[in-house]
Order: sequence, then structure tokens, then C-alpha cells
Amino acid sequence: MNFSDSKKKLALAGVICGIVAAILALQGNPGNMAFCIACFIRDTAGAMKLHNAAVVQYARPETIGIVIGAFAIAVATKEYRSTAGSSPMIRFVLGMIIMIGSLVFLGCPLRMVIRMSAGDLNAWVALIGFVGGVATGAFFLKKGFSLGRAHETNAMSGAVAPVLMLGIFVLSVATTLFAVSESGPGSMHAPIILSLIGGLIVGAVAQKSRMCFAGSIRDIILIRSFDLISVIGGLFVVMLIFNIATGHFSLSFAGQPIAHSQHLWNILGMYAVGFAAVLAGGCPLRQLVLAGQGSSDAGVTVLGLFAGAAVAHNFGLAASAAAAATDTTEAVAGGPATAGKVAVIICIIVCFIIAAFNKRQAAK
Amino acid sequence: MKEVDARGLSCPEPLMLTAEALKSSKGPIKVLVSEPHQKTNVEKFAKDHGKKTTVKEVGSEFEIVIE
Repeated sequence: MNFSDSKKKLALAGVICGIVAAILALQGNPGNMAFCIACFIRDTAGAMKLHNAAVVQYARPETIGIVIGAFAIAVATKEYRSTAGSSPMIRFVLGMIIMIGSLVFLGCPLRMVIRMSAGDLNAWVALIGFVGGVATGAFFLKKGFSLGRAHETNAMSGAVAPVLMLGIFVLSVATTLFAVSESGPGSMHAPIILSLIGGLIVGAVAQKSRMCFAGSIRDIILIRSFDLISVIGGLFVVMLIFNIATGHFSLSFAGQPIAHSQHLWNILGMYAVGFAAVLAGGCPLRQLVLAGQGSSDAGVTVLGLFAGAAVAHNFGLAASAAAAATDTTEAVAGGPATAGKVAVIICIIVCFIIAAFNKRQAAK
Repeated sequence: MKEVDARGLSCPEPLMLTAEALKSSKGPIKVLVSEPHQKTNVEKFAKDHGKKTTVKEVGSEFEIVIE
């Protein structure tokens, strides 16, 4: 089935992903997280002990499923192409920036939309930054920004990302090598098989619909196309209905699950994410899907996401969530520490440097 | 015929180059892309702008003529 030839079908793709997200949330995934790509790569990086934040370590089958689902459907529909060579190391850096920005806000663009659908006003504030970042990226695209051409390469290269993901999954279920959180977000998860199936479905649907959070806003700005935003609209509506129906909807800044109200840093964090995602040609979800359908360049971006997660937690760049006072603990305002703030500024500066110095004319 | 070589470029560059070429040239243009989803994008973009497209597969890549 071709998902991308009408807005209705695209919205349907979003609805399917929304239903998967709602089911996973009901079955135990952390609040407003569903299958947040940044959070889940961070958890998977933690499980592999790339960082040692004890509350966020769990090899998430959703992320693994997305790559494998995209790979399977791309092979089945003859869209698999093993390609590489479009400035992979710049994409690695962009992947790191996307992850660091996401962890300062506490969510990738997907989770931002899910948080928005739950009434989390902090996410609506962050949307300002995200749109600003995407618009800045679009501005440089208009000026001729390009990371150059990818070329076809040995068929096996494009299959490495899905195979590595499969390897992580097998190790996570068959061995005790990986760390597993005993408390915190990493300890909350849907049953493994359900998570995997959810990921496979989302991967396949996202591959067919070209679902992309950065691309949807970029296309509105650049070519006045509302195709990709239809997918996001479908997802948003389903999650909104789900949240209202289950009593998870509350319109507020405070008391939201795994969130903070440092507005400036929510805005700047998502500004970096939007900017870097447009330069890299897609949001974290899209990078996973592209890696699945054979792009080694997107595969390198995904490695950058893993490295970014390790850096963010090893060096205390990730924001902490706000928490209300309890009998034994004091209230926490949450947000990034100084190191995280500095990191976001550096990330944004690096985005500007990458955007300014990579031109299509120079690309062969 | 004006030719746009967008092979191997990331989204949305193929579309932007196509749009530029359509603006600057009166006659038909030929667009080369590598990925199936980019072929679909360019076709759809052309149709949305009231143009006719013919697609030819060249090896593992695509040649789209827009008129």
C-alpha cells in the first residue's frame, strides 16, 4: 500500500502510529514517552553501558523494531538501496547535537508532540524553538546548503544497521550482559514482544509514509506542502483522544511526567534539534527509518545519537525532570545544569558553522 | 532539455532543485534522482503544479521528464 499519495492516507499512517503509541503507553511505557526515539536510544545506550545513569538503562525493543521494520518493508517493496558517502562524519556530529538538544528538553520531536497532546505546556513552549530551528535550517537550504551526494555502495553496508539492532535485541533477551534499570523511567516498559511488534509496525508505516517531524515543518516553510504534517496531525489527534479518555490530559506547566519548566532551555534545546535535524535531512525517527532502508549515512547519524546520549549522561548535560516535594525529599525545579546549558550553546554554534560552510556548489 | 541531477542528494534538495528549474526554464525538464521516495516526491510536486510526468528507470535510479 502506498501511504504517501494522499493526505488522507498520510493522516491514516499517523493514526496507526498514534494507536501503537497509545497501546504502548497503556502497557507500561513511561509517561508521555510512548516510543520517544531520543529517550529510547538513550535507554538502549544505557543498557549497553555507554553511560551509567542507573534510571535510564533498558534495551528498548521499539527502537530496534523501527529499524528492522523499515528494513523489511523496504526490501519487500524494492525500496532498499545501500548508499553512503554524504559527509558521514558531519552527520555523526549532527546526530550528537540532536541527542544533546533532545535530552536538555527531555524528548525528541516525537515526544514533544506526544507531550503537547497531553496538555504539557512546556512542550508547546519548546515547539517555538523547534520551529525556529527548522526555519533556520530551511533558510540555509535555500542558500544552497548540502552535505553532498550519497552513492550506491556494497549491498551489505546498508544492512549493517538492521543487523546490529537485531544483535542488540538478541543480547538483551538471551543474556544478562545488558544493564536493566530497577527504578525510574528505564524500569517502566511494555512487555518485550508488544514493544517489538509496535516498533516493527511503526518502522514499516514510517518508511511508507516518509513520516518526519522536522520534514513536516520544513516542507511547509520551503514548498508550502502540508503532506508530511498530515501524518503528525493524525498522531496528535489519536494521542489527544487517548489522553483525554484515560484522564492523562492536564493543561499545565507543573506536574507533567519527566519534564521541566526552564522555558529558555526547552526552547534552545529544541532549536538545536530542529536546526540539526533539517541539516541531517530528518528527525531521529526518520534517521532510524533511513538507516533501515540502506542509508549508511543515516546509520552514522544514529551512531551519533548513541554517542550523544553517552556524552549527555556521562558529563551531566541532560536535564533533570522537575519533581514535587514529598515527605522525604524537597521539590526539584529540574532543567539542565550549567554544563548542559553550555553544551546547547555550543551545539547551536556548531550547527551554524556546518550550515554556513557546506554548499551544494562545492559538492561533486 | 534542461537537466537536474539530484542523484544521491538528501531531502528536500531534489524538490528544491526541481522547483528552481521549473521556474527558470519554459520547456520540459529532466530530473535524475536515486531514491524511490524522491521519485514519488518529484512526481507529486510536478502534478501539484499542473505538469505531466513520465518516469523511466535507469539502472537503480530514476529519470523523470516533466512537461
